[in-house]
Amino acid sequence: MDIKYDRRSFIKTSTVGVAGAALPLTMVELAFAKPSDNFTFAYISDSHIQQIKGNQFVRNWDRGLIRAVAETNLLTPRPDFVIFGGDLAQMGSKPELDHGAELLSKLNGKVYHVMGEHDYYLDLGEYWSKLFGKHYYSFDHKGVHFVVLNSILTTDEWTFHRWPSNEQRMAEMAGLDNPNGSPFMVGDQQRDWLKKDLAKVKKDTPVVVFSHSPLQKIYKGWNFWTDDAEQVQALLAPFDKVTVFYGHVHQIQYNQIGNIAFTSAMATAWPWPYPQSYSQAQQLLPKLTVQMNRADPFFERDATGWQFIDVNSGRASATFNLYNNKVRTVAFDPQAGHPIDKTYQDPDRRIQPQTHY
Amino acid sequence: MAPPIQPVRVATCATLLSGLVAMGAALAQPLGLPPVPVPQNNPQTPEKIALGDKLFNDKRFSSTGEVSCATCHDPKKAFTDSPLVTSEGINKLTGTRNAPTVINSAYFKLFFWDGRSLDMEDQAQHPIVNPVEMGLVNHDPVLQIVRTDPDYVARFKKVFNKEGEQVTMKEVQQAIASFERTIVAGDSPFDKWHYGGDEKAVSEQVKRGFNVFLTKGRCVSCHTMEQDYALFTDNRFHNIGVGVNRIQAEIPQFAPAFLTAKSAGTDVDKAVLTNPKASELGRFAVTETLDEIGAFKTSTLRNVAVTAPFMHDGSLKTLRDVVEHYNNGGVTKKDDPVNDFLSGGIRPLNLTDAEISDLVAFMESLTSPQFAAQKAASANPASCNVKTTAVANVSPVAPAGKSASGGEGM
Ligand code: HEC
Ligand code: HEC
Ligand SMILES: [Fe+2]
Repeated sequence: MDIKYDRRSFIKTSTVGVAGAALPLTMVELAFAKPSDNFTFAYISDSHIQQIKGNQFVRNWDRGLIRAVAETNLLTPRPDFVIFGGDLAQMGSKPELDHGAELLSKLNGKVYHVMGEHDYYLDLGEYWSKLFGKHYYSFDHKGVHFVVLNSILTTDEWTFHRWPSNEQRMAEMAGLDNPNGSPFMVGDQQRDWLKKDLAKVKKDTPVVVFSHSPLQKIYKGWNFWTDDAEQVQALLAPFDKVTVFYGHVHQIQYNQIGNIAFTSAMATAWPWPYPQSYSQAQQLLPKLTVQMNRADPFFERDATGWQFIDVNSGRASATFNLYNNKVRTVAFDPQAGHPIDKTYQDPDRRIQPQTHY
Repeated sequence: MAPPIQPVRVATCATLLSGLVAMGAALAQPLGLPPVPVPQNNPQTPEKIALGDKLFNDKRFSSTGEVSCATCHDPKKAFTDSPLVTSEGINKLTGTRNAPTVINSAYFKLFFWDGRSLDMEDQAQHPIVNPVEMGLVNHDPVLQIVRTDPDYVARFKKVFNKEGEQVTMKEVQQAIASFERTIVAGDSPFDKWHYGGDEKAVSEQVKRGFNVFLTKGRCVSCHTMEQDYALFTDNRFHNIGVGVNRIQAEIPQFAPAFLTAKSAGTDVDKAVLTNPKASELGRFAVTETLDEIGAFKTSTLRNVAVTAPFMHDGSLKTLRDVVEHYNNGGVTKKDDPVNDFLSGGIRPLNLTDAEISDLVAFMESLTSPQFAAQKAASANPASCNVKTTAVANVSPVAPAGKSASGGEGM
C-alpha cells in the first residue's frame, strides 16, 4: 500500500487527535516525505517559576507551566519528545528548580533541557545539572542531529569577579534591561566542543540547534543577543539544513540567515513587548515577525503559549498554541528559502488589533 | 442617549407572564438593554410572535405529549425549571445541564452553554429531538401537527402565507425565535439607579457591591457592561473551574476519545446532554481547540437571583456559593485542586465576607420587576445572602428563618 495514503488514512480514521484538530497543520503535509523521516516534538519554554517564600510560588507562572504540560499531554499522536527551552526558574534557587521539575514531571515522555540565564547565575548551573544533566550536549533522532547549547554564558570577569554574592549576580542578570547585565555568549570552550561534535555529522544531515538566547543579534539592551553568534553560525554554515530554536524572547520571531532558519518560542509565563517599539531612531534589526496583538492584561495567559514542532524531511514547522488567540504556524518555505507564517505572512491577512474595553 | 426603539412587542407574552408585564412598560425600550437584534429574514410581527408563543407551549411536540419548551423554560420560574439542578425531559429523564433562562437570551451571539448553536432559529430544533428533552425521533410529528391542526393551519397561512407541505421546520423555528425575542427584561432596580439616575432605587450595599463587581471582584471583564446598557456577558467562553474539576483525571483519555467518536459521526447535541463527561468538555466539544477545554459561555447576570441553581451543571446553589467559588480562584471548596485548564482570568480574589455580601446584594438588584414577585414568593435559596461562617457545614439550604431578600444590611 502507498505509504502516503497509509499515513493519511491513519489521521482520518484513528484519533483525529487533539493535535489534528487544534493544531491543524501537520498531518496532511507529512505525506511529502518518507514517513520515517517525519516526527513531532513539543517545545515548552520560559516558565520562570518564582518562589515567594517557603512553598509559596507565584501562581500565575505556575499556572502557565501546568497548563502547557497538561495540553502537551493531550497531543495525539504523541510527540517523540519534549524540549524545555530554559528559564524554568526565576532566581535559580533549589526550591524553584525543584518545584519546576515537579510540575514538568507530569509530562509523558522524554524531556530534554536547555539552560536559561535564570537557571544558571545563582550557582552556575550546579543544582540544575543534578536535576537535568549536562549543560550542553547533542543527540540523534530519526536522522536529525540535535544540539543543545548553553548560550547564556558571559565573560569570566562578570561571572567570577564582579559581584559580592551569588545572589546579587543572579539578580543583576535577571533584570531584562539592567545595564549591569552582560552580553550572552556560547564561549570558546563550547564552540570547540561544537566544532568537534559537528565534525562527525554528514553535511546533508539536518541539524537542529536549541539555545536559550537567540543565536543571532536582535537587541543588545535586552540580551536578545549572543555575542559570538557569527562564530556559531559559521560552524553551522557547512550544513544543508539548519534550524535554530531559542527561548528567552517570550514572543514569536523568525528569521533566516544564510542556511540557518531561526524560530523562537513563546513563554508560558508572560510576554515581552517588542524591542522595536522602544527604539527612538531608525534601527537595522533583522526583519522578523508578524506583530502580535497587545496582550490583554486581564487574562493572565493571553500572549503566552507553547509550541509544537513538526520536523518534515529535516525542515521544521512550529505551531504556536496561543491562549485567547488563533493558533499560528511558522514553517520553512522551500520556495522562499526561509520560514513564513502560514496564515498571516501576507500583510492583507494580518489580524486586526482586538477591541478592548 | 437611549438607543432607537425596535418595534418589539412584549404584549403577547403577557398571558404567560400571568399579567405581570405592565402594558405601558412593555412597549418602551427596557432600561438597561439595547434594541433586540432581529435577523433581516425573520422580522417580528404580532401574529408571528403569538404563533411562537403557542408553539413554545405545545406539549404535543414531545414523544410523551407531556413536555413543551415551557416545561423547562417556565414563565412562572423566570423561564427556567428552577430549582432543578439539571433539566427533566420526557419520562423524567434528566440531562447533564441546567436550563438557562430564555429571558434576554435573544441578545446572545451563540446559543447553549457551549455555543454549539449559531442562532436562535437553529437552537429551537434541537430540544425536540433530544432523547432526554422532548424525545422525538425526528421532526415529522411536529410537521404533521402544524400542517393539519386547523388553528395552526390558519396561523401559518396568515403569518407566512404557507400551507401544507410548504410549512417546514424553518417556519416553526422562525416563529419560536420571534416569540423568544420578546422575552426581554430590564428595568431592574440597578438599571433605575445606574442608567436611570435614581439614587434611591438601590441600597448602599448594592452600590458597594457594584464597586466590588467593577474592581476587586474582576467580574466586569467577563460579565461586561456598556455605556448605556448592560448584557453582563462578553459572549465568550471561559473555563472558570465548574464541572471540569470532576473529570480532570480522565481528560487525557477522554478528550481524544471524544474527538474520535465525533469524527465517526457522534451527534454533539445528544452527546453533551446525555454523557456527563462529554458535557464537561464544554466548548472544546464544539471547536476542538485546546484553549477551550471546560470552557462555557459567560451567563448574563440579569434576573440571576430568580434562576437558581447556577452554572451549566447547576452545581452551585446560591449566589453566595458562586462568589465564594470565584473568591477561591476557581474551586468550590477552598482546598480542592484547581483544574489545569483554568482561564487566565480567574484567580483568588481575597474578598472579605462583607464584600461577598455586597456583591450578592448587587446581583440581587438585577431582578426585573416582572420577576420580582417570583423572587419574593420562592423559597429560592439563591437569595440567602448570609455569611459563610453562618452556613459552614450546615445544610446547603440556608436557615428557613431568613427572609427572601435575605442578608445583612439588605
Ligand atoms: C428538558 C428540558 C428542556 C426543554 C424541553 C427545552 N429546553 Fe431549552 N434548554 C434546556 C437546557 C438544559 C438548555 C442548555 C443546554 C445546553 O446548553 O447544552 C437549554 C437551552 C436553551 C436555550 C439557549 C439559551 C442560551 O443561553 O444559550 C434556548 C434559547 C432554549 N433552550 C429554548 C428552548 C426551546 C425553544 C425549546 C422548545 C423547542 C426548549 N428550549 C426546550 C432545557 C430544555
Ligand atoms: C473569566 C470570565 C469570568 C469572570 C471573571 C467572572 N465570570 Fe461569572 N461566569 C463566567 C462564565 C463562563 C460562566 C458560566 C460558567 C459555567 O456555567 O460553567 C459564569 C457564570 C456566572 C454566574 C451563574 C449564572 C447562571 O445563570 O448560572 C454568576 C452568578 C456569575 N458568573 C457571577 C460572577 C461574579 C459575581 C463574578 C466576579 C466575582 C464573575 N462572575 C466573574 C465567566 C466569568
Ligand atoms: Fe531568558
